Amino acid sequence: MFKILKKTFDTGLVTTGYPDAPPRLSENFRGAPRFDFDNWRDARPAAEACPTQALSIRDRGAVREVTMDYGLCIFCGECCAADRTGAVLMTREFELAVRDKADLVITAQYDIGADGVQQHLKQIHCGLQPVERDTAALEKHVHQAIHQTLGRSLAIREVDAGSCNGCEVEITALNNPVYDLERLGIHFVASPRHADMLLVTGPVTRNMELALIKTYRACPEPKVVVAVGACGIGGGIFGRNYATLGGADQAVPVDVFIPGCPPRPHALLHGILLALGRMGEKGLPL
Amino acid sequence: MMDNRTTRLDEILMAGGPAFTLRLKSSAGEIYADVPAASAPAASAYLRSAGCRHAAVFAEDRVAEDLHYYIYYVFEHPDDTRYLVLRCGVEPGQASFPSLAAEVPALNWQEREIQDWFGLEALGHPNPRRVALHDNWPDVHPLRKDFPIDTVLPPFEGEQHVYRPTLGEGVFQIPVGPVHAGIIEPGHFSFAVAGEPILYLQLRMFYVHKGIEKRFEHLPVPRAVFLAESVSGDSSFSHGTAFCQAVESIGCVEVPEPARRMRTILLELERIYNHVADIGAIVNDVGFVIANAHASRLREEILRINEELTGSRLLRGVVCPGGVRRSWDRGQAGRVLAALDPFEREFNDLTDMIQASDSTRDRLERTGTLHAEQARDLGIIGVAGRASGQDHDVRRDHPYAAYDAVEIQPPVYQEGDVLRRMQVRIDEVRRSLQFIRLAESGLSSGPHRASMPQLPAGEFAIGSVEGWRGEILYWIRTAANNRIARCKVKDPSVNNWPALVEAVQGNIVPDFPVINKSFSLSYSGTDR
Ligand code: SF4
Repeated sequence: MFKILKKTFDTGLVTTGYPDAPPRLSENFRGAPRFDFDNWRDARPAAEACPTQALSIRDRGAVREVTMDYGLCIFCGECCAADRTGAVLMTREFELAVRDKADLVITAQYDIGADGVQQHLKQIHCGLQPVERDTAALEKHVHQAIHQTLGRSLAIREVDAGSCNGCEVEITALNNPVYDLERLGIHFVASPRHADMLLVTGPVTRNMELALIKTYRACPEPKVVVAVGACGIGGGIFGRNYATLGGADQAVPVDVFIPGCPPRPHALLHGILLALGRMGEKGLPL
Repeated sequence: MMDNRTTRLDEILMAGGPAFTLRLKSSAGEIYADVPAASAPAASAYLRSAGCRHAAVFAEDRVAEDLHYYIYYVFEHPDDTRYLVLRCGVEPGQASFPSLAAEVPALNWQEREIQDWFGLEALGHPNPRRVALHDNWPDVHPLRKDFPIDTVLPPFEGEQHVYRPTLGEGVFQIPVGPVHAGIIEPGHFSFAVAGEPILYLQLRMFYVHKGIEKRFEHLPVPRAVFLAESVSGDSSFSHGTAFCQAVESIGCVEVPEPARRMRTILLELERIYNHVADIGAIVNDVGFVIANAHASRLREEILRINEELTGSRLLRGVVCPGGVRRSWDRGQAGRVLAALDPFEREFNDLTDMIQASDSTRDRLERTGTLHAEQARDLGIIGVAGRASGQDHDVRRDHPYAAYDAVEIQPPVYQEGDVLRRMQVRIDEVRRSLQFIRLAESGLSSGPHRASMPQLPAGEFAIGSVEGWRGEILYWIRTAANNRIARCKVKDPSVNNWPALVEAVQGNIVPDFPVINKSFSLSYSGTDR
């Protein structure tokens, strides 16, 4: 018993200061890719290499549309490795959670030459632009009832609707002494009846569709749903197929989407706090 | 080291007589022989009597090319580093094959999977009901080539599965899941209990089936690696490596030495972070919460090391056909090695703390026992197998990466209880730390990735890895244009669920979580 206490004292404080202080990340952490759309000459190799089609191109006559959907991105870095023009850079950005899935998408249109090289950027449509850190201004977007009722104390029910269990590895980490979710008044509960938030992972398999819907119904109002990871947002690498629906919002209404594969614990925290109006959206890396 | 263990299977085949004369092909890692489906039971019985173990059975639709479906039986023998694969052709008109499940219970689910995926009947199967497709699915066979991957199936009508009835005075049924109380994957458990003790447990899996094997058939090889990494997220690197090894074998590509060492290091880091987490979770389930707090902190340390080395906490996006995508420099390696020493000290503190707790030991010892004979008959492998006397370890039995340079010596216990399953993990973490230091110390700055040729179409090979749970097996057949015609994925969880069913019998319901945790199986790896 004495030894256990001694060990506790020797260990000291290990908890992260996030979100009040910046997180401790490795220099080598691979976050979201950033694209120099203005000067990009050839998106073909990068799009060809992208395993999830987060980055894709469509040529129609002499016009190419390049689409980047951060919701499907698994931060693998293949686009950056395949691109020969230096237009792709891997960043350490991870606070990508948004309320509207469409905010995760960038589309750029180019004129292309006969050789398929992009000649100039005709137009670009960006999802969410980088936002100044201004929580107070953003709180008004949040449903008032949710902020008032759940803002300071939140019970989460996690639902795996077909994930590979990678998201579960990181969600479980939220409970460890480093991330210590309870310090923020947030905890995981065993029953949807006790829950204010559903944290949904996986592409929603046909075999989990009904269970997810029932869990959602069992959750009392007001409630929020957060879709976690590339699969939860849009099916990820599994996509939509005979066995999957291709994202949590195909079965239940979703309030916040957290990109990543899996999202690191800080990213999960950001998304959960965003849903409560305690943190703001940060926008895409531009 | 030795590795001339490549003659035993030939001797066995030779002694087996004319049944095995039709050699399909041989390579450094595998021997293939064609046998008629009707003689599969006799061939299996002979091979088992000669000391072979059934590692897997799966099927393939080659009707368009060869006018046949094929059933593949994968065997291994402790004295040979190769796998032996028997192939049986099945004509579409016949659409059935003889079941071996009554003799070899380890094949029970895998044969039923073949029924579900391909519509080939396992004749004489003792329990031929659906396993992978739930009972409310229409009559489809998704791995047939004529089934489009994007088929939209009509809405399913509620639950139709019939569980074995629970009869008798005072006997109750407790249904649990698919959504469980903790942060774990979904599956349904149906307990029959008399008072507190569990009479029997029925499992129902495949809630997270997401069409992975079909999906492989729609991706080019370089992109398919990422799908392999998503079969079971906590084993991303092991699954990715097994996939790449099969591809490398087909392409006849030698992985450079530095890359083999780097793979070894990352495979062992994956083992450590999962084992530490499980050790913590096991003691947590019997109330030793503070030990779990330390264990989960230690896991976090390893995840940080992973990120420092590879950019990804779960080691994703690192392995690739031919080696590894990214190398690391001296500075990174130095920081990681420096972090391993305090990790090891703290790990020893953790195990001392656990071992000093008599009440913890008391709860874990003789809880959830799986006897050695049961484990052998059910074909239990990996951590659970070694805790019940089954001495299998792919790192030694079919060496890959840099494992031929080390002596593996897996920890093997006979008692088969929760305590031993935890002890296997403790022993393995210590060994893993040694392997990492050893592999790192000889790491030279040579190339870390061999270039891959365009793969020949129609070729096939096995890739296998001892993941932290046990043997992960991939069988791949290539198609034209660097694509995949068939990718069979066998996670060790598929083998080991029946162990849980046996081990819980007679235990009390409140001990189920700790018993389940001590097996720590992957639902996603099972369901794919
Ligand atoms: S980092 Fe994202 S966009 Fe780039 S290849 Fe990977 S998944 Fe595609």
